Amino acid sequence: MRRLSVVTAAVLFALGGLPAFAEAPGTILNASYDVSRELFVAIDKAYAQKYAEDTGKTLEIKQSHAGSSKQARSILEGLEADVVTFNQATDIQVLADKGFVAADWTAKFPNNASPYYSLPVFLVRAGNPKGIKDWNDLVRDDVKLVFPNPKTSGNARYTYLAATAYAREAFGNDEAKVNDFVKKFLANVAVFDTGGRAATTTFVEREIGDVLITFETETTGIRKEFGADKFDTVVPSVSLLADFPVAVVDKVAEKRGSKEIATDYLNFLYSPEGQTILAENGNRVRDKAVAETFATSFKPVRLVTVEDVFGGWPAVNKAYFGSDGLLDQQLAGQ
Amino acid sequence: MSAASHLSRGAPRSGWSRFLLIGLVLLATAFVIGAPVAAVFVQALSQGLGFALQSLADPDTRAAIWLSVIVAVVVVPINTVFGIAAAWAIAKFRFPGRKLLLAIVELPFSVSPIVAGISYLFVYGGQGLFGPFLEAHDLKIMFALPGIILATTFVTAPFVARELLPLMQLQGNGDEEVAATLGAHGWQTFFRVTLPNIRWGLLYGVVLCNARVLGEFGAVSIVSGNIRGETNTLPLHVELLYHDYNAAGAFAAAAVLTLVALVTLFVKTILERVTGSA
Amino acid sequence: MSVGGVGALPRRRPSRTKGKGQGRVVPGFRLSLGLTLLYAALIICLPLATLIVVGARLGPADYWAVVSSPRAVASYRVTLGAAALATLFNTLYGFALAWVLVRHDFPGRRVLDAIVDLPFALPTAVAGVALTAIFAKNGWFGEPLAALGIKVAYTPIGIALAMAFTSLPFIVRTLQPVMEELDGEIEEAARTLGAGNVTIFFRVVLPILVPALLAGVSLAFARCLGEFGAVIFIAGNQPYNTEITALLAFIRIEEYDYPAAAAIATVMLATAFVLLVVTNALQAYARRHELAP
Repeated sequence: MRRLSVVTAAVLFALGGLPAFAEAPGTILNASYDVSRELFVAIDKAYAQKYAEDTGKTLEIKQSHAGSSKQARSILEGLEADVVTFNQATDIQVLADKGFVAADWTAKFPNNASPYYSLPVFLVRAGNPKGIKDWNDLVRDDVKLVFPNPKTSGNARYTYLAATAYAREAFGNDEAKVNDFVKKFLANVAVFDTGGRAATTTFVEREIGDVLITFETETTGIRKEFGADKFDTVVPSVSLLADFPVAVVDKVAEKRGSKEIATDYLNFLYSPEGQTILAENGNRVRDKAVAETFATSFKPVRLVTVEDVFGGWPAVNKAYFGSDGLLDQQLAGQ
Repeated sequence: MSAASHLSRGAPRSGWSRFLLIGLVLLATAFVIGAPVAAVFVQALSQGLGFALQSLADPDTRAAIWLSVIVAVVVVPINTVFGIAAAWAIAKFRFPGRKLLLAIVELPFSVSPIVAGISYLFVYGGQGLFGPFLEAHDLKIMFALPGIILATTFVTAPFVARELLPLMQLQGNGDEEVAATLGAHGWQTFFRVTLPNIRWGLLYGVVLCNARVLGEFGAVSIVSGNIRGETNTLPLHVELLYHDYNAAGAFAAAAVLTLVALVTLFVKTILERVTGSA
Repeated sequence: MSVGGVGALPRRRPSRTKGKGQGRVVPGFRLSLGLTLLYAALIICLPLATLIVVGARLGPADYWAVVSSPRAVASYRVTLGAAALATLFNTLYGFALAWVLVRHDFPGRRVLDAIVDLPFALPTAVAGVALTAIFAKNGWFGEPLAALGIKVAYTPIGIALAMAFTSLPFIVRTLQPVMEELDGEIEEAARTLGAGNVTIFFRVVLPILVPALLAGVSLAFARCLGEFGAVIFIAGNQPYNTEITALLAFIRIEEYDYPAAAAIATVMLATAFVLLVVTNALQAYARRHELAP
């Protein structure tokens, strides 16, 4: 009997000693995409400081990072994120459809609720030994690519669509040729990781592949982290605009009473200070003054949008990314 | 281990084939098992011991260690009680459906942790069986501690039972029957007669169960929600750091888990010696 | 030792003394069975039943379409192929390892015996990152292998390697006790009758060990099929080439495609269950025959 009570005591002790799992006020959770880890470390620190100065209270901002779609699903399943900072509008739209986010969420913040943007670019090894310049170099037989799985990663969906957009321009919408181009492009992929950051690790630490295709902001981060002399960023002739939308998860924020803080936190991203941190981390921003300051860090590039080329995300998801959609067919044909 | 008594009895007489075989096995083991373990420590210390210790002191890493410990403190006792009950029922009694029960108890052992995680999501997730009920009562299971505990409990369910079953069957019911005839009641029989008989096997099962609880990855990765410093267990944290440009930190966390595994083996070896041939 | 001994299977001698009804003298039947049933129902059966229900909601036609889609079939092929390769390797290596442990004494035998369980005690994710680090192009083994033109990480061989690592103890620990039972007498007898070492091994020793070996093999195979943590780090995760079934189920979950995830998971569950039944039958057979002479 004594043993049983020892066990009981141990369990009770454990439960009693839990770090506040029933969230104390003074914390908010930001569910974000995979490669925004370093960015939000900087943002959260700056915002917490500002918050302390403004209110005299401390605020702890917790982060959860994973593929954008995975995060949306986790929130539907009960992950209590107060705000989402995603890399794809569709993933917020899913939340809006299920009543977690206001239906008019794009109108809640400026620029369709997207404080910054980026684009898929190429990261190559120092000196660009394979002479990669544009998308058509990526279908060469001697080039191996690394980018994550478009099925799970928003990052990779932009990459895949950017390649398709390029092919459409190059082949004048000749579907058969476009399809062949994209198939070769996919066949050159050496490793399909599940998230953007895993792809970075594969390319950088495991030295797999000749080209890593990822957001421009990630390539800036990699060169910062591992040395600018080890890798070169190649910006192709044309790429796809990747808007990074944000929203307050009303259903959670209302329950937790965090709506005001959450809104203020997201507004901070639009402030000159927030925009500067975003730009420092390799994101393109819309604040004119800040964009001007960082003008030399960002090479000019022609950007097309999902709306222009593909008629918007719902159409894209149906045609390309669904079960047995175009992507599945192109992968299967290898 | 009783092996000692058989040693070299049927061994080939010629020396060279014996040395060749032993050599090959040792070499293969060094490559297959030794190298990965060595790699963990080498990588963990690649930026110096100071850096490794510093990354372990990081608040998120500390929270991950703490969370893993909590999960173990809750799950191991649950599975110990269950393991004893299951072994007792299955080893000491015959009843209809006994074999089926045995198969069910062992199922988590061969089923993929991913299947376990998915199944729990379907039960306790927001869109799951109990989702609406849990939400209405503001109970959080998925992406919080209870979900991690449940999924881990499933995956490590059979360990104690598997350890005790053969032992209890081997020992038969004799001692308990004698105790009962002498008038001992149920708990007396268990604590005075059975428990001393099975204690080493039990401890052994507990130690292994604990190792698996601390190391569970697949099932937990589905139900965790990956909140830094809150729902990241240590193995998940290894993956997170690994993808954080922080390979040395990841391997430092991995080294902690590897040390736990080595301690587990050490304890296990000691227990084997204590029990002799049992 | 525990790892390999499957379930209610005494290693040495089944207690055959138990007859029907005899157990009733022993107390605690209701409590222990009640507790076991409650736990089995809540922790094990409820989630798995829910899984089956969610999968069944698809209806037969859609269910079949999901589980027989080209990508799913390719994942079965990758998983089964790698698991078969891993199990084959472990059968040879595990057999030799168990044999050396039981039949020979040498310095470090106890240490070797202890570290056989390391893959079992080591978290699978740690095994995954460690193996990837070693076998990547710039790793200890990856670099020389790459020079020979052999790629391990991010290929099906890498998947097999991770599976082999995590499932090794199951074969060794299932064989070991049976080998211990097999004392030298039969072999001596065969030798006095003029049989050579090779003949003795294949005609006398192996047949006795086969049931236990097969039981260990099927258990290890089952673990290989379900392995996730160790594999995802070292597999290239490329659909159709290096994507295992567990990862496909995981990806379907991430795509919100719950019915498809459930359908694929039920395939894995059914396979695991069948293998478990096979393992137990083999082990029961081995038990009945191991002491035959």
